[in-house]
Amino acid sequence: MTHGEGWQAHKYLPLTAAERDEMLKVIGRASVEELWAEIPAAVRLRRPLALPPALTDADLLAHLRELADRNGHADRFACFLGGGAYDHVIPSVVWHLAGRAEFYTAYTPYQAELMQGELQATYEYQSMVCELTAMDVANASMYDGASALGEAAVMARDLTDRSQVVVSSAVHPHAREVLRTYTQHLGITVEDVPHQAGRTTVDAIRAAIGSGTAAVIIQSPNVFGCIEDGEGLAQAAHDAGALLVVSISDPLSLGLLQPPGAYGADIVTGEGQPLGNHLSFGGPYLGMLATRAAFVRRMPGRLVGVTTDRDGRRGFVLTLQTREQHIRREKATSNICTNEALNALAAGIYMAALGRQGIRRVAEVCARRAHYARERLRTIPGVRAAFDAPVFHEFALRLPVAPETLNARLAERGILGGLPLGEWYPDLADGWLVCVTEARTRAQIDTLVAATAEAVRA
Amino acid sequence: MTPRDFPLIFEHSVPGRIAAALPEAGVPDVSLEEIIAPRLLRREPAALPEVSELDLVRHYTRLSQRNYAIDVGFYPLGSCTMKYNPKVNEDAARLPGFARLHPNTPLALAQGALELLWRLEQMLCEISGMDRVTFQPAAGAHGEMTALMMIRAYHRERGERRTRVIVPDSAHGTNPASAAMCGFTVTTVASDARGNIDVAALRGAVDDSVAALMLTNPNTLGLFEERVVEVAEIVHAAGALMYLDGANFNAMLGVTRPGDQGFDVMHMNVHKTFSTPHGGGGPGGGPVAVKRRLEPYLPAPTVDRDGERFILQHDRPKSIGRVRAFAGNFGIFVRAYAYLCAYGPLLRQVSEAAVLNANYLLARLRPHFDLPYDRVCMHEFVLSGRRQKAQHGVRTLDIAKRLLDYGFHAPTIYFPLIVDEAIMIEPTETESRQTLDAFATALIRVAEECATNPEIVRSAPHHTPVRRLDEVSAARHPNLRWRPPVPTAGGVSAGED
Repeated sequence: MTHGEGWQAHKYLPLTAAERDEMLKVIGRASVEELWAEIPAAVRLRRPLALPPALTDADLLAHLRELADRNGHADRFACFLGGGAYDHVIPSVVWHLAGRAEFYTAYTPYQAELMQGELQATYEYQSMVCELTAMDVANASMYDGASALGEAAVMARDLTDRSQVVVSSAVHPHAREVLRTYTQHLGITVEDVPHQAGRTTVDAIRAAIGSGTAAVIIQSPNVFGCIEDGEGLAQAAHDAGALLVVSISDPLSLGLLQPPGAYGADIVTGEGQPLGNHLSFGGPYLGMLATRAAFVRRMPGRLVGVTTDRDGRRGFVLTLQTREQHIRREKATSNICTNEALNALAAGIYMAALGRQGIRRVAEVCARRAHYARERLRTIPGVRAAFDAPVFHEFALRLPVAPETLNARLAERGILGGLPLGEWYPDLADGWLVCVTEARTRAQIDTLVAATAEAVRA
Repeated sequence: MTPRDFPLIFEHSVPGRIAAALPEAGVPDVSLEEIIAPRLLRREPAALPEVSELDLVRHYTRLSQRNYAIDVGFYPLGSCTMKYNPKVNEDAARLPGFARLHPNTPLALAQGALELLWRLEQMLCEISGMDRVTFQPAAGAHGEMTALMMIRAYHRERGERRTRVIVPDSAHGTNPASAAMCGFTVTTVASDARGNIDVAALRGAVDDSVAALMLTNPNTLGLFEERVVEVAEIVHAAGALMYLDGANFNAMLGVTRPGDQGFDVMHMNVHKTFSTPHGGGGPGGGPVAVKRRLEPYLPAPTVDRDGERFILQHDRPKSIGRVRAFAGNFGIFVRAYAYLCAYGPLLRQVSEAAVLNANYLLARLRPHFDLPYDRVCMHEFVLSGRRQKAQHGVRTLDIAKRLLDYGFHAPTIYFPLIVDEAIMIEPTETESRQTLDAFATALIRVAEECATNPEIVRSAPHHTPVRRLDEVSAARHPNLRWRPPVPTAGGVSAGED
């Protein structure tokens, strides 16, 4: 191909060279080059892009399989990793439906009459999130759990007209980092409150908050898997006139645990990945955000509501858009535009697949298997529980060997061991965060225990 | 719900049904209360729908049939680049080595994933003329915010306190909103008679309190900023930086590079330019590319190469910090990488065809609508429906709704804000001449109907699953969720509020 003159057939490009010439005639141009006349010559690229040569589908897939096969994924290894992303069983039905091209090749539903499917599915998702969290209203999605938490802090500042947020050190470190990034230029100060024995205590929170506190931010179950005393922390926050923001790292936990709305949370954020979305090395995931009805006009993100058409039929539209950037520009509640709609769709399908009974049952299986694993692992000489607080499906242990060393040994046995905690918590350099979901069988747990015992002994 | 309403999933619910096969715990039975204190346990189960698997399949299949998508038909939404989403990219993203890879996997067991990101970064640098890329931003607006925070950090390190960001009046709403989230005040600069940023006004607005100019190029009128080099000189002379909103990057691949035009930082929308599906509103991917001088401020971690190994580099002392958890929307970047591999240097022809298609469609439609800025367009163009409004009392909204009856998605309307009754059309390169002709014929027919039968346009759509929806009452009386029915004296009342 000579640069600028070649015109090749490509399966994604329907215009033939003959059609190109006819179309140029219609617009009164002699060549495609003439279409670039308004681009200053000095900034035109005078060489072909230095990209690797084009691949056919077969070569492309071979190349990508080669890259993919170098990864230690959760079908090859028994995965006991959690720490913000969770390997749950995804029923086949979820992506057979969410993967329908009518959904995934659609744009944001700006023409509501043509997009009732997307809009209704989003309304249903919002409703299910409300049911799960026991909150009044949920939005259509945010980028991920961590960015949703950042937005919640800004929202709390706006709602209270106060500028300090207090965050438990048992909130996931990524979420706390994002919280700082989001608030750093808005005059919001972020104060960390150290956990005590793996939990956030009411006393520590009471000592940290005052009349300038907009929000107390906790995660439950927290980064160590421990279930927080939501009721007591809500009381402490409210006594000081602050809001309680609760971050949920695995919404399936709410099948079993008291939902934040039941213990007084004002804003709930969450990572929706565990609801039917793939691990996918960290994304695309799904930020959940729910709140009280009174706060809806300070919410970030899209909302779908019910209305009627001119024949009186029920229909769905994007609503309360005067909060949003395309209307309010610099006065919007957030800059968010594109969100994670397809992941929210998958989450809705997943929640409906499990239903009222199933979500409790899956959560219970997680809790029971995790409990079993924790009890078995702590019988290994030198291994002890890092904290005694009750947990859902994730728990921290302290090891007599370096967690990284143990993990390397386990990897040889086809096991992805727990997450070493030292990088996030230097005082837990021997800390090992193990997650057991319903996707881990008893046999896998027993293998983990045996392999760990052997490696620790060696 | 009336008999004519399409049911909600909740309205299919029958107590006792389930659409998932559930495991037994399979471990020694312990009372739940021994594991978790009763006061921490949920008392009322969440009122999720109870349906069979077939109920679930039919419900969502039917919902999908009440949707419009690229795979169904032409989607000329200006500024959205609704190009074809290749199927092989979906296969690639679903490979277990990618889809089933946990983000906390030890890096030694994630080398393939890291290498893919590293290779994609090299490609994006070549295409953009930039030096480094972060993959953390999940969408365009997220990228804007990330970039502006880097700009803030850059100025702060130089001991300067710059508080203003300049945004043209034609900009996307995300630009000023992102600036506000970074604590900047926004100065709006007008466009000139040719649709470029007004250079004289820019000169007047720039001083040492300005941190950056946020420019979209080609701009939202679909026009190349003819004086971009001069604009960059003005901005840089004042010590400010040039930010490119890359929403319209599809117009210039292999033709001209932002890094060569004088931009210091840009975001790309991979869900526009690089064909990743938009998913009905997301997920997207908003990688930010920077020139060397902004590299120290990139969000940590970056994907670096250390000899033969690929690592996540956390040691970035000047970093603005994280903007999301983990390493970004990885599954989306697998698709973008596959897309670029399928083109190689032929990528230039993408932009050539996109711009040719837009100019062709413009030539077909020009006699029938006002064209406020009559120039060679790039990948999109903006018409005005003011003639139809003035002469026939038909608004652009009505024209858009009437197009739905002809089986097309409508263009973007009422944007950019500087064009009265704006109709913004972007055909993309993946559409055939026959599709463009069919769309032009439909839009011309609607223009004729504005004169011959304006009522049918004003009352459109007529053939969609629902007719014109009442947005005002939706906002006035928000019903944002289904609620479980509550028993009443006379039976059960509907739960919607």
